[in-house]
Amino acid sequence: MSDQPTATVHSSAQSSAEPAEPAEREAERLLDIAGLSKSYGTVRANRDISLHVRRGEIVALLGENGAGKSTLVKQIFGLVKPDEGTITIKGDASPVRDPRDAIRRGIGMVHQHFQLVPVMTVAENMILGHETTSRGVLDIEGARKLVRELSAKHGLKVDPDAEIEDLPVGTQQRVEILKALSRRVDLLILDEPTAVLTPQETDELLSVMKELAAGGTSIVFITHKLREVLAAADRVYVLRQGAVVGEVATSDTDARGLATMMVGRDVVLRVDKDEAKPGRDVLSIKDLVVLDDRNLRAVDGFTLDVRAGEIVGVAGVEGNGQRELVEAIAGMRPPQSGSINLLGKDITRANPRDTHVAGVGHIPEDRERHGLVASYSIADNLVLNRFSEKPFANGFVRDFDEVRKNAEALFQEFDIRAAGVGARAGSLSGGNKQKVVVAREMSFGPKLLMAAQPTRGVDVGSIEFIHRRIVAARDEGAAVLLVSAELDEVLSLADRIAVIHGGKVVAEMPGGDVDRTEIGRLMAGDH
Amino acid sequence: MADPRDEPSGADQGVVTTQPTTEATPPPVVPERGAPPPPTGVLGLLVREQSIIVPLVAVVAALLIGALLIRAQGVNPTYAYQTLFTYSFLTADGLQGTFEKMVPLILCGLAVVIPLRVGLFNIGAQGQLMAGAIAAAATAHAVREAPGVIIAVVAMVAGILFGAMWGSIAGALKATRGVHEVISTIMLNSIAAGLIDYLVNGPFKDPSSPYPASYSAPDASRFVPLGVVPIGLPIALVLAVLVAWMLRRTTLGFQFETIGRNRHAASYAGIKLSGMIVLAMAIAGGLAGLAGSVEYLEIDPYRYQDGIAGSLGFDGITIALLARSNPLGTIPAALLVGALRAGSSNLSFNTGLQPEIVDMLLAITLLLVSLPIIAKLIFRRHTAKSSALASSWGS
Repeated sequence: MSDQPTATVHSSAQSSAEPAEPAEREAERLLDIAGLSKSYGTVRANRDISLHVRRGEIVALLGENGAGKSTLVKQIFGLVKPDEGTITIKGDASPVRDPRDAIRRGIGMVHQHFQLVPVMTVAENMILGHETTSRGVLDIEGARKLVRELSAKHGLKVDPDAEIEDLPVGTQQRVEILKALSRRVDLLILDEPTAVLTPQETDELLSVMKELAAGGTSIVFITHKLREVLAAADRVYVLRQGAVVGEVATSDTDARGLATMMVGRDVVLRVDKDEAKPGRDVLSIKDLVVLDDRNLRAVDGFTLDVRAGEIVGVAGVEGNGQRELVEAIAGMRPPQSGSINLLGKDITRANPRDTHVAGVGHIPEDRERHGLVASYSIADNLVLNRFSEKPFANGFVRDFDEVRKNAEALFQEFDIRAAGVGARAGSLSGGNKQKVVVAREMSFGPKLLMAAQPTRGVDVGSIEFIHRRIVAARDEGAAVLLVSAELDEVLSLADRIAVIHGGKVVAEMPGGDVDRTEIGRLMAGDH
Repeated sequence: MADPRDEPSGADQGVVTTQPTTEATPPPVVPERGAPPPPTGVLGLLVREQSIIVPLVAVVAALLIGALLIRAQGVNPTYAYQTLFTYSFLTADGLQGTFEKMVPLILCGLAVVIPLRVGLFNIGAQGQLMAGAIAAAATAHAVREAPGVIIAVVAMVAGILFGAMWGSIAGALKATRGVHEVISTIMLNSIAAGLIDYLVNGPFKDPSSPYPASYSAPDASRFVPLGVVPIGLPIALVLAVLVAWMLRRTTLGFQFETIGRNRHAASYAGIKLSGMIVLAMAIAGGLAGLAGSVEYLEIDPYRYQDGIAGSLGFDGITIALLARSNPLGTIPAALLVGALRAGSSNLSFNTGLQPEIVDMLLAITLLLVSLPIIAKLIFRRHTAKSSALASSWGS
């Protein structure tokens, strides 16, 4: 491994304009994508993406959530139609009409959420959709044989008679892979295959991938975990905000190089702010352990203090316990052990209601799921967690006048652009939805403002606005805990930075002029 | 409307627009992403008023299909319907019968509406009604020496409490163990039927009755109608208004609605899901239980015996879906269903049709109104995603 990562950060426009390569190299390209773009409304999910995959090669698509990886592979598999650009599969540049067409042309895909029927056996699932019959009766013996053959051929052990719901997730995924392989597959797409796996299952999957590639199958897999890229991929494309920002052979790079590419070197969004004047401790977290949905220790001995009047930014590669940390503080996920204190009050096991009353404002990571009720009016959403408090209710009865007045005031203050306070929250753009959440969580004078990915999927104008408001909240004396996958955001806002890796703080440093490669190294777990 | 793909301007007309689509790119956009323009003209009227139009269409269609079936039996459908509705609405006996049917129908409709708002489908109004009726019978007999008003109040309170308890069993199973409420309420219906069968054959049996039945309500406690209006009717109407007010204006209603619309956001907002689910089912059970008590106090033979519940609890489902889960909508829905039920025997007498023709009409109506597919075919892409609750089971 060389000391200098030789990542080629290229503008994709340039590569798509490249003259045709020699015929022999062209021939070994199984997949060739040129100038692919896709927009959803005003969100540009993919921007002028060009990439290629050779036969027997493992290519990783690396990037944060929302970088456009899934949209990209969905277009290859025919689930989404590109706005512009071409997808050439084995020299055939005709558009991929639908998944059936993709399968016919040798593309297989394993989705992040498995498409298996839980109450049916492995063999039954294997032939689902293209059942073979003998004399009108389902040929289940043939299906069993198929599973055993494929199993032996690819070294993927599966019992054909096991019911899917009884199998561990890792084995279910094997079934998915076998199912894809049961139709002649030249290129296998794996959408975040390790997201649901335990570390051991992940290792097994990576070695299976390598064996498949050695047998001539090309693999494209999506991930945001650097370790997996380095362990399995031959080459990696790094995506950021819908565009390919780098392409590099894994033999020419290391975790640090990849982290740097991933977090980008965009112009830092400058936020004007004065020096922080930190006061007393507001939030104090000690040795916190929180389990994730798979009962693994996502937060594992996390200790951090946040003082009044300062912004502490938690930087880290996504999936290192940030989500579980935030949910634990908000009272949505009871911690396993450790303690959370707010102004001397123990809120370790408080529920979301008590946490809110204690003074925690929480801008949740997933605003569509947690932050808003899409079919409610903006006014109702602005009191979503305060509907029963004065003046919005007198005892049992809600006061709609006060709810509307509150909404009208916040409309002005937070520059929410909508048809009116009665418009449904679901009708707003991403930026305005987020402003509704931000307005609600800031307007009650929180002691602690916890902002998780506060500007994800938000337009630039709203990003700037939300950043200014976060700084304003700090200046009014709130303690701010900022959790963001965007290193730029952490760097431009935080007065103090805590780097999280493997569920614990691996380094703390003052904000301001910090060495971003140093942070990238720490984020990658190199400490 | 300058550009149909413009900014979502139809927001306040109940049209959810996900993302405005791009205008410049020539290739066709993925259909489900598109934000269609708010429809205008006749279609627009249909979309805006669909909560009224869908049930109306269902009822009219059911009557038309029913007409074909009546004709097939050699009876003039116009004459049959005329006979049916003339009796139910224009004769004193018929009107009183219609009103008497309306009372439990409204209450059972409400017992389905409230859980629907929380995202639960209560199939158990039948069992909850029976639980309420037997509790009323037992307590009325226990305090039979008291003044009539006291007996009536005690019987009603007991019916509400016992119905509420019966409903909250399903709620608690859902909240703590994740048992699907459709399954648990269906099973609780059977359990209630079996349990009560035992009670009216054993401990609660009136020895003077030749067939299994509870003691009859003491004379003083029986509801005497005010003209053609049974006492239960104002009670049911007031409760329908109260439930509408509760859902619309109170913090409790807001919590119910929030859970039904976005469970995750409700939990984020500090709403205690399990408590609210149990409470919603308890209120529903209480309303159905009250229906049972009123049946006991108001309807001859004033005792709990086999068949007292009829299919009132199940009719509640029809009512709730006809009402598009609007509490006030249960009133016209119950009026219609009540008229059909009240007029069925007269219809049979005058035309020779089987009274079950009414069950069939109701079944067709239920089928039509509950097939969200129909609404979706007509109103596809114009329907607000989250108002699915109104057209489907809501779970």
